Amino acid sequence: MIKAILIFNNHGKPRLSKFYEHYNEDTEQQIIRETFHLVSKRDENVCNFLEGGLLIGGSDYKLIYRHYATLYFVFCVDSSESELGILDLIQVFVETLDKCFENVCELDLIFHVDKVHHILAEMVMGGMVLETNMNEIITQVDAQNKMEKSEVSASLKICYLDQIQ
Amino acid sequence: MALKIVKGSIDRMFDKNLQDLVRGIRNHKEDEAKYISTCIDEIKQELKQDNIAVKANAVCKLTYLQMLGYDVSWAAFNIVEVMSSSKFTYKRIGYLAASQCFHESTDVIMLTTNQIRKDLSSPNQYDTGVALTGLSCFVTPDLARDLANDIMTLMSHTKPYIRKKAVLIMYKVFLKYPESLRPAFPRLKEKLEDPDPGVQSAAVNVICELARRNPKNYLSLAPLFFKLMTSSTNNWVLIKIIKLFGALTPLEPRLGKKLIEPLTNLIHSTSAMSLLYECVNTVIAVLISLSSGMPNHSASIQLCVQKLRILIEDSDQNLKYLGLLAMSKILKTHPKSVQSHKDLILQCLDDKDESIRLRALDLLYGMVSKKNLMEIVKKLMLHVDKAEGTTYRDELLTKIIDICSQSNYQYITNFEWYISILVELTRLEGTRHGHLIASQMLDVAIRVKAIRVFAVAQMATLLDNAHLLTGNTQRNGICEVLYAAAWICGEFSEHLENPTQTLEAMLRPKVATLPGHIQAVYVQNAAKLFATVLKGEEGNTDSTAAQEASQLMIDRLPLFVQSANLEVQERASCILQLVKYIQKLQQKDVEVAEEVNALFAGELNPVAPKAQKKVPVPEGLDLDAWINEPPSESESEDEQPKAIFAKEEPKHSRPRHTEVDEKELARRREARKQEQANNPFYIKASPSSQKVYQEAPGVEHIPVVQIDLNVPLKVPGLPMSDQYVKMEEERRQKERAEKKKKEKKKRKEKRSGRGKKHDSAPESEEDITPAHMVDIVTEEMPENALPSDDDERDPTDPHKALDIDLDKPLADSEKLPVRSHRAAEAQKSPTDGETENATLPEPKKKSSKEKREKKKDKERDRKKSKDEKKKKKHKHEDKEEDLLGGQADEPVLQSEETSQVAEPPASSSTTAEVSDLDFWLSNAPVPSNTQEAATVVAAAAAPAASVTAPNSEPDEPKDTEMEEMKSSKHKKKKQKKEKEEKEKKKKKKHHHHHHHGDGAGDESVQNGTVEEEEPLPPMSNYCLLAENSYIKMMMEDADEVYDIQGNLQDGSQVVVSVIFENKCSSFLKSMEFNVLDSLNSKLQRPEGSGPHDGLVVPFQLPPGVSNEARFVFTVQSIVMPQKLKGTLTFIVKNEDDSTHEKLDFKLHFTCTSYLITTPCYSDAFAKLLESGDLKSSSVRLEGVNMPFHHLLARICFHHHFSVVERIDSCASMYSRSIQGHHVCLLVKTSAQTVSIDAKCDEPTLLGNVLDEIKQTFSQC
Repeated sequence: MIKAILIFNNHGKPRLSKFYEHYNEDTEQQIIRETFHLVSKRDENVCNFLEGGLLIGGSDYKLIYRHYATLYFVFCVDSSESELGILDLIQVFVETLDKCFENVCELDLIFHVDKVHHILAEMVMGGMVLETNMNEIITQVDAQNKMEKSEVSASLKICYLDQIQ
Repeated sequence: MALKIVKGSIDRMFDKNLQDLVRGIRNHKEDEAKYISTCIDEIKQELKQDNIAVKANAVCKLTYLQMLGYDVSWAAFNIVEVMSSSKFTYKRIGYLAASQCFHESTDVIMLTTNQIRKDLSSPNQYDTGVALTGLSCFVTPDLARDLANDIMTLMSHTKPYIRKKAVLIMYKVFLKYPESLRPAFPRLKEKLEDPDPGVQSAAVNVICELARRNPKNYLSLAPLFFKLMTSSTNNWVLIKIIKLFGALTPLEPRLGKKLIEPLTNLIHSTSAMSLLYECVNTVIAVLISLSSGMPNHSASIQLCVQKLRILIEDSDQNLKYLGLLAMSKILKTHPKSVQSHKDLILQCLDDKDESIRLRALDLLYGMVSKKNLMEIVKKLMLHVDKAEGTTYRDELLTKIIDICSQSNYQYITNFEWYISILVELTRLEGTRHGHLIASQMLDVAIRVKAIRVFAVAQMATLLDNAHLLTGNTQRNGICEVLYAAAWICGEFSEHLENPTQTLEAMLRPKVATLPGHIQAVYVQNAAKLFATVLKGEEGNTDSTAAQEASQLMIDRLPLFVQSANLEVQERASCILQLVKYIQKLQQKDVEVAEEVNALFAGELNPVAPKAQKKVPVPEGLDLDAWINEPPSESESEDEQPKAIFAKEEPKHSRPRHTEVDEKELARRREARKQEQANNPFYIKASPSSQKVYQEAPGVEHIPVVQIDLNVPLKVPGLPMSDQYVKMEEERRQKERAEKKKKEKKKRKEKRSGRGKKHDSAPESEEDITPAHMVDIVTEEMPENALPSDDDERDPTDPHKALDIDLDKPLADSEKLPVRSHRAAEAQKSPTDGETENATLPEPKKKSSKEKREKKKDKERDRKKSKDEKKKKKHKHEDKEEDLLGGQADEPVLQSEETSQVAEPPASSSTTAEVSDLDFWLSNAPVPSNTQEAATVVAAAAAPAASVTAPNSEPDEPKDTEMEEMKSSKHKKKKQKKEKEEKEKKKKKKHHHHHHHGDGAGDESVQNGTVEEEEPLPPMSNYCLLAENSYIKMMMEDADEVYDIQGNLQDGSQVVVSVIFENKCSSFLKSMEFNVLDSLNSKLQRPEGSGPHDGLVVPFQLPPGVSNEARFVFTVQSIVMPQKLKGTLTFIVKNEDDSTHEKLDFKLHFTCTSYLITTPCYSDAFAKLLESGDLKSSSVRLEGVNMPFHHLLARICFHHHFSVVERIDSCASMYSRSIQGHHVCLLVKTSAQTVSIDAKCDEPTLLGNVLDEIKQTFSQC
């Protein structure tokens, strides 16, 4: 099970937080801070696993993270997940973001956190891995975006027609 | 209308959207909090608008703010509103917000049940998908129970996209509502072989999660998984399965045998590192589970270790880390194969990556030997000096101590070296492990007699330099060391070179700043030192030194007498008086030293951990025997004595010694000694070295560990541990030379001294230090103590409830693939049940019985609370209920247990299932010794009728008793129909929903009643429409009302959802739903069909399945409730024949069902009331005792109102009919009286609505 997925930048500013277990807002912030603290002080070329902090996890949990340019992608997982599998999953996630946003950068995540959530929802559901195939994920995300667009244009059309009348 | 939309979208253009919010926050870096609070105010305004687009936008922004740490739970209701938008765009925003901030205690969640159900059955797969995703994050036990069936239906959806989500979410449903596991499991299992790889992967995922927590229940799936493993090419699935096998093998070694080959093949063939790694991991698990010493396994171990070495040597730090992690697993069972890679592991100690160093440290534990201990520790000490973070340093410290002290200091050849290492460690800044070092010092000084001289000298130096340790407040942890130092100096003060100096050091004023417990030890040991000083000065003609010591004590002790710590104070004042007295005697030249020393005579010995537990029960003492004869008349109740005799069971309170005379004691002691002598796990003390406290009988029998070290090595001063490494080298060389001469002699000495010889590594030859204490580790385990996993499990662990025997529903599947509590009706005649039981000649197998017993225990815990609640609840129920509930908990439990026990088909086919597995497993050649290690399954398969005899005897009377209970239950079930209806009317709540997935039949009623005590009771508008032995129809109270706007002149439409449930074991098809139309209400039929034609229900029902259909009605006038007669015709298809059946029902449209929940804001509400168009009416409800918010929730839920405003115990509510009538309520409550003042523009409608509300509350 995945307990939480966090994305924050090099300064610890959260860009996305998804907790699959309930914590109150303060604890969530504390967890993000603590995780950032743990992750940020690690060198570039050390391993991507570390034992969980005090707040999140415990002995069965691990933090598995990857650092891309200005962003840290951190997954907190328990021992039922394969460590290397999760690393691959992070890679898939980032590649998917890259496809969906076309050359993703931190700004995309800053301004479109909702979209990132929607993409993530196609990969991980309730803490369990739903889909690992990038093409499948993109297909579903695109289909939903298309629906959204058609709804928006429909409502605009109504507005327009109303205005004409 | 149109204008409104235009206005709305124009408004929207000026609203801030998420991007604007983010931009704004970024532009207000200095006053972010202030900016956000203004944004939140804006959002609050936006949420008050009617336009859903504006609301959705606001909710979207809130989701972002939630991530920044702002509490947005106040907007929960708005989130629900956005969730229920018909547009996917907004729905998605709503569900995202809900998934981010809803949790179990969010009370609006209970309002979402119907909305979610609607979305789940939406024709648009993305509506369903979004609902499933959202639900996976905030599912509550209530939602899980109410929606389990809907989700289960979705597991067979045509779209794989929905299927995989539905499969995955089932895990969450199981967690929240464990009863759903059994009914859903067959379908879940089916999904393992779904054609879509995504669905398959999801099913594997869910089963792996389930099996990880309760592996034994999933053993029977092993063949299926094995097939998947050998056929699947999806690495993700393979990894999961292989991980699952890792969890299963410990339970079934034969499975491991079977796995080794395919896993080895995978290891050789795969290119994916992740898969390779998991394979290696599982092979390790297999090897651990198999009994060792099998020749052909060394190859597998070699393969694993070799692969791991490749991982560790890889430049990728991740692989290195994982390699070390897996290595540590092998270390536990096959240390030798790991030891050969010592070089590599030591190399990892120097890695720059802390995670890797930590893993390597773990491995070190198994790497040390007498030969290299000093070297390794030296290396670690270097790391300690270099380490930056305190956590890593603390880790190092504990590791050093662990490594050195393992197996009772097995690898330490020179304790002086060890003491100096400990002393060096005290110089660590800011460590948390002061107490650890202290306990090591104490332990070594006490156990190793020869080291005491050295230890005392070191400790005296420590005490002298105490300021170094206490100087910094940050070093608080380390001052624990002084505790040990003071105690050692005091206890072994005869070894002190200069006791007076140490005494002075211990009484320095600075000591008063130490923690209380340390001061207490200081004071006490100062007294010991004082005694030693006196003794030393005895015989000296000049008594000034002794008198100076007394004076010192008298001068310094008052400081401690003033201590705030009671212990310190007490000891200090006691000792102070003593010293004053001694001083008086000294002045009279009386010799006191001997008497003072007698105060501290004797030696304190280390007590083995758990020694207390191991004190044998004296002969003739039966702890289970009655102390007083139990009253004779209650003998029959022995089975449940707890409640009755709780006060009369002071079994352990009696002092045993008082009645036993001295002779008897001696005799028993002798017997005990004899027993201990024969017990290999007992530590034997050499009698010579032990002083006995005569005054405390029994103390000398506590096992005492002693190590005698007779290598005196005089090292003056405070040497560094490094010196010892060198010295040790020299010493060893010298000894090696000497050894050749004295070899024989020494061996003799060793034997006589120790009686044991260590047999480890080859270097033990050159080792002369007789510091072996073998078996000390095993000794610490109490006899017959088995580590039980169940004890270790957290009682709050949600997975505990999922420990459900899954083989049983499979067995029942011939009858009912999906079990629901209605199914119990199949065997409702008591004779049926009894004959079944009669034809059941002890079908219990030993292990399955054990399993069941365990399960019972667990269930008992769970049910007890339920039962208690039930009891309370049922007090007011009819008498029959009272009989059941009124009895002690036990019978109720038992009756439930019987229903489990008395399931002959279940247990027999469990055996069948099990023997299938057995057969599958035994296909592999099984070596004889694994067969001997009789596994759970094997035992289960063996006919064990005789085995159960002694065990089951006490159970049998219970069983019959229970059967009686059961049959009474059956009788009850006979009247079920009427009763059910009664119940349903009584509590217009939704107990009926249990049919969605209730495993055990009898539980439903319980569940229903328990719910009433929960904070916000679940509610549903489903009520029984009609029922016969084939089918049951449940109608949702026409609550989903579609209002086709702009179509009002044509009349309004009402949608009725009907759940059809197949209760028989035959297939139901060609169902036709027909209603006799009235003038006012008409069933909408497809064009072209006549007014009396029925509607075909668009599905068929396999046995046990239920499904929902919707019918649209057109209604003209809505001011009066309506009743429509209808008929359902269907064909019951058996294997050989089919019959036509029909079922009549009456549809009841209440006025409530014409109301739509419409939110209204207080200002609009006030205007409405002011307008004066509304007629008013009022109603009073007496004797309503439920919390006000429950009351409101009920009105909202059952009568489709929304709360406009609530002030304390007064609330205004609003609703609107489908034809646009406004209905306003003012609900007030005081004590148990609720008054409702209502206004509406249609008095008839209002009257009817009020009547219905009244009815709702009169029923609860």
